Amino acid sequence: MSRNKVLLQVNSLKKYFHISRGFFGGDKTVLKAVDDVSFHINRGETLGLVGESGCGKTTIGRTIIKLYEATAGSIVFDGQDITHLSQTEMLPYRKRMQMIFQDPYASLNSRMTVGDIIGEPIDIHNIAKGQERKEIIQELLNKVGLNSEHANRYPHEFSGGQRQRIGIARALAVQPEFIICDEPISALDVSIQAQVVNLLEDLQNDLGLTYLFIAHDLSMVKHISNRVGVMYLGKLAELTTSKELYKKPLHPYTKALLSAIPVPDPKTADSKQRIILEGDVPSPMNPLSGCRFRTRCPYAGNICSETVPELQEVESGHWVACHLVHKIN
Amino acid sequence: MKNILEVQNLQTSFFTHVGEVKAVGGVSFQVGVGEAIGIVGESGCGKSVTSLSIMRLLTYPGQIVGGSINFAGKDLVKATEKEMQRIRGNEISMIFQDPMTSLNPVFTIGNQIMEPLMRHQKLSRSEAKAKAIEMLRLVGIPSPEKRAAQYPHEFSGGMRQRVMIAMALSCQPKLLIADEPTTALDVTIQAQILELMKELKEKINTSIILITHDLGVVAEVCSRIIVMYAGIIVEQGTREDIFYNPRHPYTWGLLKSIPHIEAEKKERLIPIDGQPPDLLKPPAGCPFYPRCEHAMEICVEQRPPYTDLSPVHKAACWLLHYNAPKVERGN
Repeated sequence: MSRNKVLLQVNSLKKYFHISRGFFGGDKTVLKAVDDVSFHINRGETLGLVGESGCGKTTIGRTIIKLYEATAGSIVFDGQDITHLSQTEMLPYRKRMQMIFQDPYASLNSRMTVGDIIGEPIDIHNIAKGQERKEIIQELLNKVGLNSEHANRYPHEFSGGQRQRIGIARALAVQPEFIICDEPISALDVSIQAQVVNLLEDLQNDLGLTYLFIAHDLSMVKHISNRVGVMYLGKLAELTTSKELYKKPLHPYTKALLSAIPVPDPKTADSKQRIILEGDVPSPMNPLSGCRFRTRCPYAGNICSETVPELQEVESGHWVACHLVHKIN
Repeated sequence: MKNILEVQNLQTSFFTHVGEVKAVGGVSFQVGVGEAIGIVGESGCGKSVTSLSIMRLLTYPGQIVGGSINFAGKDLVKATEKEMQRIRGNEISMIFQDPMTSLNPVFTIGNQIMEPLMRHQKLSRSEAKAKAIEMLRLVGIPSPEKRAAQYPHEFSGGMRQRVMIAMALSCQPKLLIADEPTTALDVTIQAQILELMKELKEKINTSIILITHDLGVVAEVCSRIIVMYAGIIVEQGTREDIFYNPRHPYTWGLLKSIPHIEAEKKERLIPIDGQPPDLLKPPAGCPFYPRCEHAMEICVEQRPPYTDLSPVHKAACWLLHYNAPKVERGN
């Protein structure tokens, strides 16, 4: 097996959804959920993607794993372009990349036992049968902190945190290299979130996994990621190491996002200077000309409505898509 | 400070076919005039049931089985449904978690804000309409005259939550209960709504009970905090008491399990192991003992009493007993 340093490379990825409006579905509208996004993930790294609802972060995850067909651009996994592979050609790659979903209540089939849920990917990829299959399932359950007896129970007998562990065990069943975590903790309670995050970190250390961690909770993303990408309306606004992003955010949207997080510390909460953004996120169905953030940006000038800002490397490893980046910082 | 609300030993149970679930098992607290208090805790700790009990909005099989709720000199537990109807929306109002489902989709926004005004304040239609528009302006909705004639689906999530706040505050209630008012919203919108609530508290001098699971949100808005676990209050005190001098191991655990965004170095999170207890079969002693690393024998057998640490700061933990070993909050 080749050992590329870059495990996943996404080049100018676009995903448009065609939405029919009007009578008899005439009048087609295009929703640009992901519009020209490029990034890479190194082997063993965690890349975080943050943004508000509707910014396209989940769509990116689903397009990478080919639950959606990309409209344009390419997805390169371990040196191989997988953008246009057929279902059967994709099968070996499905074994190498897995996904953990947001809702632990909806992502497990309630009519299957936990053992069968975890065993399903083992069957599909013909990994093991009979006693060996059973042993693998028990080992996986232990690995995620559940009991081997749990294999015969049904999902409704488990709490949210435990179900998320079952989802993680299922993703691990095929021994993947790359896992897309789509808001894996946002449905869980605070004390349980930390349990799941620690589990994900331990598994990464033990198994050398690579994560794409999608979430809207910035403090948790900062905690788990090496690098973080901030998305706004289908585009990357800023991409850099998590430390740099929190210490020295350059894009006005990132600044506002960081200052909007409520801090669990009274002194900081009282002294903090807040940037309150006006208005709401505009609809992605009739996107704006130029920079998509300009309607809420306190600095927006003429150039912002004329041309779309490119993502450019402002400092080493620090990418920002803003025309005025040098002026406002 | 005078109290607007005094809750004494409130107990609320749900009588299900498998047995009695003691959702709230004896809760006592006060809210001062013009004060904002926060109730924090995880799902199922009884924070929402407490607020529904105060509003007397519990439905079958939920029932208040004991205690009293003294609001402005009246015990709400004993109030008749008719009396409650005069209080709800007029003297106490509530903002719910989900702004998408708590507005009626077939009435205009203006109509929905006018309803409590016409009912409680006996305003005429035109007076109520003028007041509704004024309220919309107060909560920062642009062109309120036009917006009042629109329906809920024409508003975004953040705008709907503003409408809910406008509606809740239209009769100038003495007490506002906000049950997870920002949980369904994005961070930048959440900041707008929290800012608005702080501003309105100053302007109207309403008392606020803010229910949330987000410790950041209470630190922003509330001066006093109540921490609930498995249907009881485990600790309460000022915001500074809870964040800088917490004394209950559950509060320690909550504070340690969240990542701090300012942290320079990456530190491992310290979760609370295990899960909250099943309230159908609650433990006899302290409900937190199965997850508590400092649990002693007595914790299993007897429920801990409250220890007063200052006039406003108290916690229910055997570690605070004078005979108990000294345990420091670990870092």
